Amino acid sequence: MGNVKHQNCQGFLIVALMTLFSPGALFADVSGAGYPMKRITDIFDPQSLPAEMIMTTAMVVLWITLGIFVVVTTLLVFIVIRFRRKPTDDGSEPPQIYGSTNIELAWTVIPILITVVLILVTSRTIGEIQNKALPENTLQIRLVGHQWWWEIHYPELGIITANEIHVPMSDRDPAKARPTHIELQSADVIHSFWVPQLAGKTDLVPNRTNRTWIEPFETGVYFGNCAEYCGTQHANMLLRVIVHTPEDFERWVAAQKAPIPAPVTAAEIEGEKLFYSTSCINCHKVGDSVAQGIFGPDLSKLMLRQTIGAGVAPLDDKHLWAWVKDPQEVKVGCLMPDMQLLDAEVDSIVAYLKTLK
Amino acid sequence: MATETPIVQKDYEFPAPQKVGHEKGSFTRIIQELVFTVDHKKLGLMYIGAGLVFFVVAGLMATMIRAQLFFPGNTFLEPDVFNRFFTMHGTAMVFLVGMPIIFGFANYLVPLMIGARDMAFPRLNAFGFWAFLFSGLLLYFSYLGGPGLYAAGSAPDVGWFAYSPLTSRAFSRGTSTDYWTLSLLLGGIASISTALNIIVTIVCYRCKGMTLGRMPLFVWLYLVVGFLVIIAVPPLTACQIMLMLDRYLGAAFFDTQAGGSAVLWQHFFWIFGHPEVYILILPGFAIASEVIPVFSRKPIFGYPIMVAATVMIAFLSLGVWAHHMFTVGMTSLGNTFFAISTMLIAIPTGIKIFNWLGTMYGGKLRFELPMLFCIGFLFQFLIAGLTGVILAVAPFTWQLSDSYFVVAHFHYVLIGGLLYTIFAGIYYWYPKAFGKMPDKKLGLFHFWLFTIGFHLTFAPQHVSGLLGMPRRIFTYEAGRGWEIWNQLSTIGVLIQIPGILFFVINLIYSYRKGRPAGDDPWDAWTLEWATTSPPADYNFATLPEVKSRRPLWDLKHPDDPDWKYE
Amino acid sequence: MSTAEITDDWKLPSPRKVGLACLILTESALFTIFVVAYLFYMGKSLNGPLPQDVLEFPWLGSIALFGSSFTVVMGERFLVRGHKRGFLLWWGLTIALGAFFVYFTANEWWHLITKEGLMINTNVFGTTFYSLVGLHASHVLVGLVLLSIVFVAGLKDRIPAHHHEHIEMVSWYWHFVDAIWIVVLTVVYIISVRDP
Repeated sequence: MGNVKHQNCQGFLIVALMTLFSPGALFADVSGAGYPMKRITDIFDPQSLPAEMIMTTAMVVLWITLGIFVVVTTLLVFIVIRFRRKPTDDGSEPPQIYGSTNIELAWTVIPILITVVLILVTSRTIGEIQNKALPENTLQIRLVGHQWWWEIHYPELGIITANEIHVPMSDRDPAKARPTHIELQSADVIHSFWVPQLAGKTDLVPNRTNRTWIEPFETGVYFGNCAEYCGTQHANMLLRVIVHTPEDFERWVAAQKAPIPAPVTAAEIEGEKLFYSTSCINCHKVGDSVAQGIFGPDLSKLMLRQTIGAGVAPLDDKHLWAWVKDPQEVKVGCLMPDMQLLDAEVDSIVAYLKTLK
Repeated sequence: MATETPIVQKDYEFPAPQKVGHEKGSFTRIIQELVFTVDHKKLGLMYIGAGLVFFVVAGLMATMIRAQLFFPGNTFLEPDVFNRFFTMHGTAMVFLVGMPIIFGFANYLVPLMIGARDMAFPRLNAFGFWAFLFSGLLLYFSYLGGPGLYAAGSAPDVGWFAYSPLTSRAFSRGTSTDYWTLSLLLGGIASISTALNIIVTIVCYRCKGMTLGRMPLFVWLYLVVGFLVIIAVPPLTACQIMLMLDRYLGAAFFDTQAGGSAVLWQHFFWIFGHPEVYILILPGFAIASEVIPVFSRKPIFGYPIMVAATVMIAFLSLGVWAHHMFTVGMTSLGNTFFAISTMLIAIPTGIKIFNWLGTMYGGKLRFELPMLFCIGFLFQFLIAGLTGVILAVAPFTWQLSDSYFVVAHFHYVLIGGLLYTIFAGIYYWYPKAFGKMPDKKLGLFHFWLFTIGFHLTFAPQHVSGLLGMPRRIFTYEAGRGWEIWNQLSTIGVLIQIPGILFFVINLIYSYRKGRPAGDDPWDAWTLEWATTSPPADYNFATLPEVKSRRPLWDLKHPDDPDWKYE
Repeated sequence: MSTAEITDDWKLPSPRKVGLACLILTESALFTIFVVAYLFYMGKSLNGPLPQDVLEFPWLGSIALFGSSFTVVMGERFLVRGHKRGFLLWWGLTIALGAFFVYFTANEWWHLITKEGLMINTNVFGTTFYSLVGLHASHVLVGLVLLSIVFVAGLKDRIPAHHHEHIEMVSWYWHFVDAIWIVVLTVVYIISVRDP
């Protein structure tokens, strides 16, 4: 330890602390399933720089509006109690007041002042988030929305995956920060990228490239949804962002780039044969094999994921089997048809799919 | 002064118009009268009646939606059934409930308030109503038509703002979107014709002495609404024409696979869609601006600034549409522009709320049903307005857009704001239209049940939105922290329903058993109360003449008339 | 109090004029959207033909349409003066000029469709061109129907003096159709053909 440079020492400490405080991380496989599951996507519990910036602005706005709410409601309640007609009322009409220039001027000017404050706060935050200059080492991701799943490209790393975005955590020290820049595109209709704890949403619009960025500081599995109605299974177009320690992220990258092991058992070999002889390969891609379909998720490293069907079910034997047997039972309306496979055929295809890691 | 002639004489009888056809009172005769009538009052009531029927249907759809969301992973509704429900619920509530009811009020009241015998173009008026009704039936026929009903149904399932390219032939096969677009095209034409009629009536048929500055605020607001409709609805019509060209002739306006733009639809739709919000809420303001003064026993506070604020709201509302689009990836300049223009609307809106409070201040408040609903309106619209300011803050909306927070916001606007004033208006003018007083006890049950149910339904949706729940999802995973808020919300609906039931019972019960109202039961000041309840076909035997904004005040207080001060 | 008294010193605008002004306003809003769509898609076609390749400035059609705005005013003047022959002559000329414009547009479309292969589904230029020009042409057709009704009524001597305002409204509408053509002409035949 003594001859490690100070900088690295700090990095090591952070990793060590992270490991200590999130016991799951000790056994974390590269899928990130061991990280804390951040299911409660509370926007007031931001875990990433842009989400934090939004919350700072949001709090200012919330306090101002809360103040207005309290003042006006108090006034309303006061008026309703004070000026209700008493049972002893003589039936005469109250003084007829038609208006008052001074008072009206006052309650015109005060809202104007409040609005000016809000405008200043808002304009500043818009610029700060949208026009943020990201450092050279920023991780680049291209996210393509499909009905109803997410295609994820790492152009610099040559990785293609689906539905689960893996990123390294950043550092509050600008010298060591590594944010993630995400290009957003759509293959069909409009979708929207929304992982509330990491960033506000940005739409994925066909014929257009949008951009957003995240900069998380804590490891974890962050939950998100497609936030623009995109058809039948909009509700089951879920997204997870797995934030790794930099070291774990490198392990994940290595695992993604490692060659796919060849099938060994008879069932696996039979499954592979079936996979390549049915229309699976028209839509799915597996490594450099003849399966180069682009309409469905890339299956090369399927087993490194946590879920199937864009989060509709966990990736385990039971659900994988059910999915291959008839996806329409698991996620009705999804674009993968029921392939009318016999149970035995499903068995072997599942056995083959389980070798994809 | 005391001997001044009443502004309206009632003793003169017009010769009964010659009637042909079936015997009076028979069923066929009633149908005949409804179908052939060009009378603004009958058409007004038919507008409101049809709107209420669609309200119940669309409300039941919302109930189904809430039932589905009671549990995470619930399988009560199939995804497509759910998607059709929220599409039809939204489309119907805006185009088949909101629009006809506000036009119904305008039809019934504008001619009475300005001392006219009918709308400017009575036949155009009838056309507007029947075109609207047909558009509504066409929309709902989508459940039966095409490969509907037994073949999985074909109601639209693209959401009420139908973002392209979800509506293109590639992603919306069958005829469902065609029903939607045809219905809205027709409904838009109906709205434009009625709005044009309202403008012309107000501009050209005011009774003697009723200058622009003496029109009741109700009439002023409807004049503004009329202009908003004829400017803002054509973009919707244009959208629908373009969408139909896309779907039928293969044009490429919104076909992203042939160089079309998905964002252009959003611009065009919201250029209509945001003014539409004000088209719906300004009539709410109009009703509140009549009810609050009468039950506070004071004139409206700051009439000129109320008019100015209305015009300013309408003007600004034409330049804020892209605040619905903060997440489509506009430049920071675009986002900032639309955030600013949206916030500016808070200023005139704030002025209005303060002026209503100013009207109540120092008055003698009578808590009759219309006033109760208006106080509910003030409180709820305050919340809606403030969440509106929150949503104008573009960065905040990057989180909130398309979440349940937005759902809560616009239900506070449209139910807490518009629907409450509609209830207030119905209770307020019910005696005028039917000559019977609405029952107060039933009305109180309606008010309290509905108010509690309403807040219980929609307040929790703010929270689920802040917890990251997107709108329009037919199901959600357990453990995301959304269960309790959705369950509260669904329970709220179960409280709203009996509230609405009391309302409907009240309408029927009071019609049969209510005590006679007389011409002017609320001791009010505008011209509609000067004629009989219900008014005769010709409204006024002799056209009235006014000298101030409150002609009946002048009549009742000859020693202290308004025109001395105006 | 009689109705005669009321009209004395209490004068409000004519409902016909206000109504038509509103109609023009609402129609303008409709056209605006189509014009914006045309401008938005200018230069965004993925394939040809492009406006600068196939559009020719519609001299004859435009002259006919603008001329008809003049003849309709002449017709109106003769009508007000009670000069039936003059009215029918100018009014008939207006119809003829309007009809020529429609014929000219039809001819242009025939050429574009059969010779240049430009259809509404060819590219976004075809989409926006046919919809904008077609929307205008449909308004010309409606105007022609209105003009013809007036012409027939004139032939049969069925235009009493209190209907003169009706006739004036028809001519307002016709002027509006003309004014829209100025916009369409500028946008489609001048601006978009210059765009390289």
